Amino acid sequence: MGEPQIWVFIEQRRNVVHDVGLELLGKARELANTGGARVAALLLGDGVLPLADTLISFGADIVLVADHPALEPYRLLPYTQVLAEACRARQPDIMLFGATSLGVELAPRLAARLKTGLSAHCIDLQLDADGHLLQMVPGWGGGVVATIKTPEHRPQMATVMPGVMQKPQPAPRSGQVIPLTPSEDLDLSGPRVLEVHREEPQELPLETAEVVVAGGFGVGSPEGWKLLEELARLLGGAVGATRPPVDEGWASEEQMIGQSGKTVRPRLYIGVGISGMSHHVVGMDEAEFVVAINTDPKAAIFEVADLAIVGDQREIIPLLLDELRGRVKVS
Amino acid sequence: MKPVPDPKVWDRLRMDPVTKTLIREGIPSVINPLDKHALEAALAIKDVSGAEVVLLSMAPRDARPVLREALAMGADRAVLLSDKAFAGSDTLATALILSEAIRRIGPFDLICCGNYTLDGSTAQVPSQIAEFLGIPNIMHVAHMELEQDKRMVVTQKIEQGYVKLAAEPPLLLSFTKKANKPRFLSFLEILAAEKREISTWTNNDLNLDESRIGLGGSPTKMADMLLRKKGRQGLRLEGSPEEIAHQLANKIRQLGFI
Repeated sequence: MGEPQIWVFIEQRRNVVHDVGLELLGKARELANTGGARVAALLLGDGVLPLADTLISFGADIVLVADHPALEPYRLLPYTQVLAEACRARQPDIMLFGATSLGVELAPRLAARLKTGLSAHCIDLQLDADGHLLQMVPGWGGGVVATIKTPEHRPQMATVMPGVMQKPQPAPRSGQVIPLTPSEDLDLSGPRVLEVHREEPQELPLETAEVVVAGGFGVGSPEGWKLLEELARLLGGAVGATRPPVDEGWASEEQMIGQSGKTVRPRLYIGVGISGMSHHVVGMDEAEFVVAINTDPKAAIFEVADLAIVGDQREIIPLLLDELRGRVKVS
Repeated sequence: MKPVPDPKVWDRLRMDPVTKTLIREGIPSVINPLDKHALEAALAIKDVSGAEVVLLSMAPRDARPVLREALAMGADRAVLLSDKAFAGSDTLATALILSEAIRRIGPFDLICCGNYTLDGSTAQVPSQIAEFLGIPNIMHVAHMELEQDKRMVVTQKIEQGYVKLAAEPPLLLSFTKKANKPRFLSFLEILAAEKREISTWTNNDLNLDESRIGLGGSPTKMADMLLRKKGRQGLRLEGSPEEIAHQLANKIRQLGFI
């Protein structure tokens, strides 16, 4: 049957590839190099064939392409069917998905159809001595990390949050493109797509921002929140939040960082008025440099900070803005 | 509905260093918050159509008070799946158990779930229940509109936008908190539900092959569990707000921003 294969599901909407697929190709490449396996990218859609070369340059040895009008836009049942047929025919050893809104709907349905194991929101993946995939999964709001294995069932399936793995540098490589032909009886019985509405992001996407200014309940007011936005703008960064500011309406759901939100790994993270509960920390502790500002000297956020500032952000941030704008005279 | 440890006390969770299991003693349970939105969606349909609303939960028997609170919101009856044979089930085995229970409860139009639970947070069980029942499902439901003949238009939240889908029963939906506002309960209503009965089923009622459920029937196995270590040694910055702002601005410049 040849070398074992590591498959990566490539999410695309309107023929634009989601970064998480490329990030996973990088991780799959690394696993394949240690385990002597081949990396295959799974690409489904309509008119997506031209994307195959990009996937090869990001690390795929093989691109399996199902190009069919019924596969655009994404619908759960036909996607599940095409992937299940491919898995049954080609028996991959490992299959990885991005934990996007699409991935977390599709991957479990496919795992149930194949009656195999799936772990969610992995923060790391490794191979053990026997070639089993070790799936590191945060639990209890990120306070613990469990290592999950799928010893007997194949494929070993896992989802990974966007931004957790690093996107590799594309390089000229050669690979093979193999068409997948969906069966005649493609299941189109499920919900029909009436409309796909896109809201253009108004700000920098959090996941790719080099600077993230994040606020918690301690920010205290919409006025306080505006200061964070000003600071982020000045630093060319994005604003993130913990759960309470979203509940208060200062920030949107899309800005939430952590277990049930986004994972960020900026070069600079500034956390303001954040207590540092583990469900937030799991989404930011890969940041390169962490600054935390909190009035409570015992705040847990200080345990994950490079620079801990005990103080009132209502005083400090306006002064910081002045400093950064060069408005402060040297005394 | 899933009872989950109250998230307010998660930082008190400790791990038994020998058994590598979490010590749950003294940690109170609450209904998984998104499950209340799922229940509200079902109750809103009941309000206009007279549908019967049945609660289903897989949990230890001591979860009954939590289920009674959900009954008080307006559900007609509740089934609790409780058996040692179910313990240790991963999402696949859990979904198999729940889907078999749904079959035994009887014909249905709609299964409403929370989009994810606060504890496991895998968000995998709803899609897997739907697969085992052979019905379609939609996750991330932000809005649901009933139309004629049980048809509905469902708004699914995705990254940077939404998708509108036309769907019809039988169907499984997973709700987000945007979907609705769960109804408020008075203390008296909660009290009144205290005598409501909850049917408790074991695997004798479901008759599932034990090789497919529980720890042994789960394809995923836990190999290890570690408390997440917190790595950085915070350098404290002290002084007047002016001094702090000055030093922080210097650090930001030094890091190459600005």
